[in-house]
Amino acid sequence: MTPRLRRLAPQLLTLIAVIALVTAYFPSFLSVELSDGRLVGSAIDVLKRGAPVALLAVGMTLVIATRGIDLSVGAVMAICGAASAWAITSGYGLAPALAIGLGAGVLCGLWNGLLVAVFGIQPIVATLILMVGGRGIAQMITEGRILTFSHEGFAFFGAGNVLAVPTPIVIWICTGIAFGLLVRRTALGLLIESIGINRPASALAGVNARVLLIAVYVASGLCAAIAGIIVTADIRGADANNVGLWLELDAILAVVIGGTSLLGGRFSIAASLLGALIIQTIDTGILLAGFPSEFNLVIKAGLVVVILVLQSPKLSPQLSRRLKRARGTGAPRDPKEATE
Amino acid sequence: MNARILPLYATIVIFLIAYLICYIQFPAMLSTRVVGNLLTDNAYLGIVAVGMTVVILSGGIDLSVGSVIAFSGVFVAVMLRDTDLHPLIVFALLLGITTGFGAAMGALIHGLAMPAFIVTLAGMFLARGAAYMLTIDSVPIDHAFYDVLDAYYRMPGGGRLTLIGVVMLVTVFAGMIIAHRTRFGTSVFALGGGEHTARLMGVSVGLTTVKIYAFSGFMAGLSGIVFSVYTGSGYPLATVGTELTAIATVVIGGTILTGGSGYVFGTLIGVLTMGLIQTYIVFDGSLSSWWTKIVIGLLLLLFILLQKGLLTLGQRQRSSPT
Amino acid sequence: MLLTVRDLTKTFPGTLALDNVRLDLAAGEVHALLGENGAGKSTLIKCLTGVHARDSGHIELDGQPISPTSTHDAQELGIGTVYQEVNLLPNLTVAENLTFGRQPTRLGLVSGRRMRADAEEMLAGYGLDQVNVSRELGSYSVAVQQIVAIARAVALSGKVLILDEPTASLDARETETLFKVVRDLRERGLGIIFISHFLDQVFSLSDRLTVLRNGRHIVTEKTPETNRVELIHHMLGHELVAAEHRHAARKGGANLLSFKGVGRRGKIEPFDLDVRAGEVIGLAGLLGSGRTETADVLFGRTPADQGEATDDAGKLNLSTPRTAIAEGFGYAPEDRKTDGIVADLSVRENIALAFQARRGWANPIPQAEQKRLAEDYIRKLDIRTSSAEKAVGDLSGGNQQKVVLARWLAMNPRFLILDEPTRGIDVGAHAEILKLIGELTDQGMSILLISSEFDELIAASDRIIVVRDRHHVSQLVGEEIDTDRIINAIAARDDAERAMS
Repeated sequence: MTPRLRRLAPQLLTLIAVIALVTAYFPSFLSVELSDGRLVGSAIDVLKRGAPVALLAVGMTLVIATRGIDLSVGAVMAICGAASAWAITSGYGLAPALAIGLGAGVLCGLWNGLLVAVFGIQPIVATLILMVGGRGIAQMITEGRILTFSHEGFAFFGAGNVLAVPTPIVIWICTGIAFGLLVRRTALGLLIESIGINRPASALAGVNARVLLIAVYVASGLCAAIAGIIVTADIRGADANNVGLWLELDAILAVVIGGTSLLGGRFSIAASLLGALIIQTIDTGILLAGFPSEFNLVIKAGLVVVILVLQSPKLSPQLSRRLKRARGTGAPRDPKEATE
Repeated sequence: MNARILPLYATIVIFLIAYLICYIQFPAMLSTRVVGNLLTDNAYLGIVAVGMTVVILSGGIDLSVGSVIAFSGVFVAVMLRDTDLHPLIVFALLLGITTGFGAAMGALIHGLAMPAFIVTLAGMFLARGAAYMLTIDSVPIDHAFYDVLDAYYRMPGGGRLTLIGVVMLVTVFAGMIIAHRTRFGTSVFALGGGEHTARLMGVSVGLTTVKIYAFSGFMAGLSGIVFSVYTGSGYPLATVGTELTAIATVVIGGTILTGGSGYVFGTLIGVLTMGLIQTYIVFDGSLSSWWTKIVIGLLLLLFILLQKGLLTLGQRQRSSPT
Repeated sequence: MLLTVRDLTKTFPGTLALDNVRLDLAAGEVHALLGENGAGKSTLIKCLTGVHARDSGHIELDGQPISPTSTHDAQELGIGTVYQEVNLLPNLTVAENLTFGRQPTRLGLVSGRRMRADAEEMLAGYGLDQVNVSRELGSYSVAVQQIVAIARAVALSGKVLILDEPTASLDARETETLFKVVRDLRERGLGIIFISHFLDQVFSLSDRLTVLRNGRHIVTEKTPETNRVELIHHMLGHELVAAEHRHAARKGGANLLSFKGVGRRGKIEPFDLDVRAGEVIGLAGLLGSGRTETADVLFGRTPADQGEATDDAGKLNLSTPRTAIAEGFGYAPEDRKTDGIVADLSVRENIALAFQARRGWANPIPQAEQKRLAEDYIRKLDIRTSSAEKAVGDLSGGNQQKVVLARWLAMNPRFLILDEPTRGIDVGAHAEILKLIGELTDQGMSILLISSEFDELIAASDRIIVVRDRHHVSQLVGEEIDTDRIINAIAARDDAERAMS
């Protein structure tokens, strides 16, 4: 337990600091009360509104651990939300609608995975195609309109409650735990990390990089699908233009805040989830504390720069090595050292 | 034939075929009116895409340009509203700011040895945030000088060749000179061919990187000015996602997204191809706007696969003993 | 002397890469620099070209002491280098590559016409008349690129030209073209340092030669006054105390594997190989002769394009490392940093990696089992690490090698390929690994051992196969195994090869 806590310590401390800061400006931030059989309060709001980024961050963590990146997740959210909404409005019923939405996400992931793993196209290039074209596909499904529906069963996934807790919170926490268990209780995590750190050596040890790469992009597509369904269900309509817009950047930011290096290797889903919460807390906190919301972007920019400095192989090889040892994260190695 | 010019030919052929199809269906599309509008409507995109071409040729990427364009529009509008400065002075100030901003990102990319992708992501947030801080409303520009900037030349056939359209063409020409006819341009290609080798051949990698992103920042600023002329206002929510469109036009223009090969002229054709798709959809009337995105996505796929194919073909040719 | 190097010493953390090395080069001379991997050739070159700063020693060019601080600096001083992997930009035109950094400009713009004229002038005399300087460099063969690189280096530097394995990826005809260029340059008075591991080429081209071994200067001689046998002694020699053969030719177990006509074009010519249970087969040869290439083909890293491999049960599938592992093969590669260890993973995870990949992702090795496995091998192989959870990248070279070995031993393969298992590790670990090889074969494992140290090969192998110029040329069994026979086999030339040089 101790090494895991130590790994999460920077993110936990940051989150606590951010929460403390927000609470200082807005003392009732942490107060949660039960009204109409559901929990309400700013903290609950953070957890709920952070759901899409948290979900995307789960899949993105795995992709980034393999040295890749998935720019298409925002567009995939739009596609899957649109597909589910289309199924609901066409009268297919709840289960088929969910299946269609999730299936669309898996297909999108498969497409990305094939481009990266089989055709050998750089991840940033390969996923750009779907990022640009995907929103068009989503609009095609909704025929350019905001496809609204009134299906309580489906809306439950966005606006409902499970034991007084908003459903999106339950879903992202469950998804995070499920993926966390999947990669850590099986050997997937180890194998993903090994291809992210050293693909030639892993291949010589018999690791099947191609299948693993496809799998992580499928996982990312699936997470995006869940996020898309939640957002669509919440607003009871599929808005192909705006669902998931720029969330890929927030998801990448969450993963990077979580200490997973963009250069691949050691990853932690829990830390990425904390990263997503940090982003959302800042977001909500700025609104609550009465700052103009435009501060948000500037703060995000500052965060990125701070993380870049911490991860930079050039600026502080000693520091990043020490951090790596302390936290067991994959801070990039000094390139010179690697060739020596 | 040089393999690296193939994508450019493909770009031109696709554009001509597309135009031919448009013409067969709607003969009116072959008029100076449409051509004039094509240039005017895409002027800001063409300018920013020239900067993006140079960045991509060097093997980098600049995600900040959309935000920088929005910032520029807002900066100009707010300055003209709140001060008595002449627009030309405001423009000079603005270009100084955006060029410096680009240079700073270039310095960070080189200094921290981190991917351009994430550094310019921070730049994207920062520029958009700065635009919001200036104003959150759309600020109209009503300065007498802007009426001058709206000037156009009426071409035979009734089409309008606007000043901003001409600025775009001049920018593309300047970009072609800089990328293909200067030592700096050769260094950009060298960086895109391989940073390590470029350094061995005597390229000052740090300085060149700074210059490249400064150039992109300058172009984004210029594009912002043109956009403010085009819309007559400054709005912090404008041009969201323009960086993606710019990247797409560069790739459709035949430049390899991994750097080292491409033509600025191709980017112009890429911009016009995009404009053509939109014009076609407008002419057709029954087609929906989402087809633009899908067609662009398909074109992206086509070009990326084409380039990958050429690359593997070239490697196979070279490695097989002859 | 044009270039004089005296008492050059360079250390890297943990290794003495160059130990008081000396070298001198006259104008109008081709001076070959020889040595196995790790002998110090590339470190010496990097000190000369400003990539590394030397710890101590003197370098003089034209009688002036120099201390180049970058390749650019070295170029300005007059030392140009051409590497095996062409260090020009394939995406630029030939003319741009040649004139890079000094393109003729008019009003700040590069003049294409004058640039082409300059380039053509620079290429004159290299026999590249058919080359169009406006085409991109990458569209020409490696040989042409290599000559363009030489033309650039000569034009820029003009005093000393260092050719670092320039022929490694050229065929015989291309090599001859290149040599003609080099001879012309010698006539023009350049001093040329020529690095190659092809002895034929060294004898064909060089006037003098210097051998390095383990970072030390071994000998400098006039090429015509030496011979191949002596040279190989110098390069591979150790101190060549008549090494004891480990055991008289083993009775050998049953025939385990047999390879018939296995080979791959451009890597290794087809060969036959029978492997008996519990034997050590040594593979001897110079660097680049086809040692590692043999291992790569057997393990499916660069799969064979002809021939077949069989065992008792029938044909083996060796098309990828995964399938080779499934057939019971293991491979500890030569370059353990890039191909062996996964640096950021722990010792435990590295040891478990191959076993885990074999079991599949859905069937994880329980943590306790992994720990036991790791602790077991840490003890058995005496891996010096503070804990099984330490990142492998933080261990010393010898311990990293042991971790890679442990990874394969955990798989209990029937056929294990070890490529230079003792390179760069200390004497103690060296002996332990040899002892381990003995124990493993006693348990019935078959091993293919690749090494450039004869002592090691002789001590460990039951028979030795000699590779030369991508052929398996001869086999020594039992009593036949001794240093002289190996060296003679490596040195022997047949008429076909003679024709080439």
